[in-house]
Amino acid sequence: MSEIKTIDARGLSCPQPVMLTHQALQKAGKGTVEVLVDTSTARDNVSRAATSSGWKVAIEQQPEGSYRIVLKK
Amino acid sequence: MSSVSRFLTSRWGPILTGAIVGVLAPLLVRMGNPGNMGICMVCFDRDIAGALGLHRASAVQYIRPEIIGCLLGALVAALIFREFKPRTGSAPIVRFFLGMFAVFGALVFLGCPWRAYLRLAGGDWTAIFGILGLIGGIGLGIVFLRTGFSLGRSRSAPKALGWIMPAVMVTLLVLLLAAPQFGRDASGNLTGPIFFSEKGPGSQHAPWIIAIVVGLVIGFLAQRSRFCTVGAVRDMVMTRDSHLLNGVIALIVVAFITNLVLGQFHSGFENQPVAQTNEWWNFGGMVLAGLAFTLAGGCPGRQLFLSGEGDGDAAIFVIGMIVGAGFAHNFTMASSTAGPGAFGPAAVLVGLAICIVLGLTMREAKA
Repeated sequence: MSEIKTIDARGLSCPQPVMLTHQALQKAGKGTVEVLVDTSTARDNVSRAATSSGWKVAIEQQPEGSYRIVLKK
Repeated sequence: MSSVSRFLTSRWGPILTGAIVGVLAPLLVRMGNPGNMGICMVCFDRDIAGALGLHRASAVQYIRPEIIGCLLGALVAALIFREFKPRTGSAPIVRFFLGMFAVFGALVFLGCPWRAYLRLAGGDWTAIFGILGLIGGIGLGIVFLRTGFSLGRSRSAPKALGWIMPAVMVTLLVLLLAAPQFGRDASGNLTGPIFFSEKGPGSQHAPWIIAIVVGLVIGFLAQRSRFCTVGAVRDMVMTRDSHLLNGVIALIVVAFITNLVLGQFHSGFENQPVAQTNEWWNFGGMVLAGLAFTLAGGCPGRQLFLSGEGDGDAAIFVIGMIVGAGFAHNFTMASSTAGPGAFGPAAVLVGLAICIVLGLTMREAKA
């Protein structure tokens, strides 16, 4: 099983969650990348950025109110 | 309600928000606001600073209900859709100064990005230099973001923290309606503590109830759609993402049409309302503003809406803007229709130097 890269973007302002995700997706090329964010704005922005570069997006809300976004390609 | 929310967070959300601002802002001008100033987050913060006596430029003093409405509208949306999340801790002191410098720059141009687009839509071609400067400032901000600039992480905060800015706005509303006059000047005449302009732009305003309702509508829509007049350019340049830019284009196009219909479109460089014609400092002022907004993560409107969601760092930026507006007039940094203020150009250069140092040095601290 391939390693899952995790990006912790919780607490970061716009546009850093999207920037970190972009960098990670470009570096990974394919596979699974997990992004942690804590606002719905960051959740939507990261999802939109990943979808537009052809990644599949699955979102899980965490108990403490943050989001785990799993990106697969 | 959830279908409304889905629509507003879809690609249509920013477009609808921009289009509604494009209708409502010229209407506010029709109902009394200064020319091409249906909405201006910086000018309105400056008027509030004046009304509170933080500066004594007698032409620009009024508690603008649009600001109160925008923040409270965002609060209502955040509460309904469970996005009210008090948080703070992302370099608040830096954000305070970024708010100040953003206002210094914007008051050299005489308007925030919202008003820059509205001025363009009203035929004020001097806005073109401001918008070019804004794009330049955002571009500079992107260079810093790409080379590791970060103001660090915020953390969750107690609920009470998120209610401070709404409480401030309710207090401002009370002060607007009560306009207390219990201060005394040297001759013993009643003066202050609240000052309202008797002439000039500060005396021009739509009825307060209409202005606050417009603010509430814009705040509600913008909180849902994440409308941001700086993020629009930033995202397009950085990632070719036109999601927010579509909203700004809708704003300009619809405001242009509304101005035409209302007979408010007057094209030219000269004699534009609350504008100055010095192209270099219109440009330079907005380079500084664009850089400061980009480093802080969003335009002045977005900072206001985030404050309504409970973001204490955005709130500090807004407070920095209001305090900065006081300094801008007291230190003769703000422009007038005659041109840049005596110390406006110097303020822009000093502000740029400081923002560049911040851009080069602020990095996320390693735990």
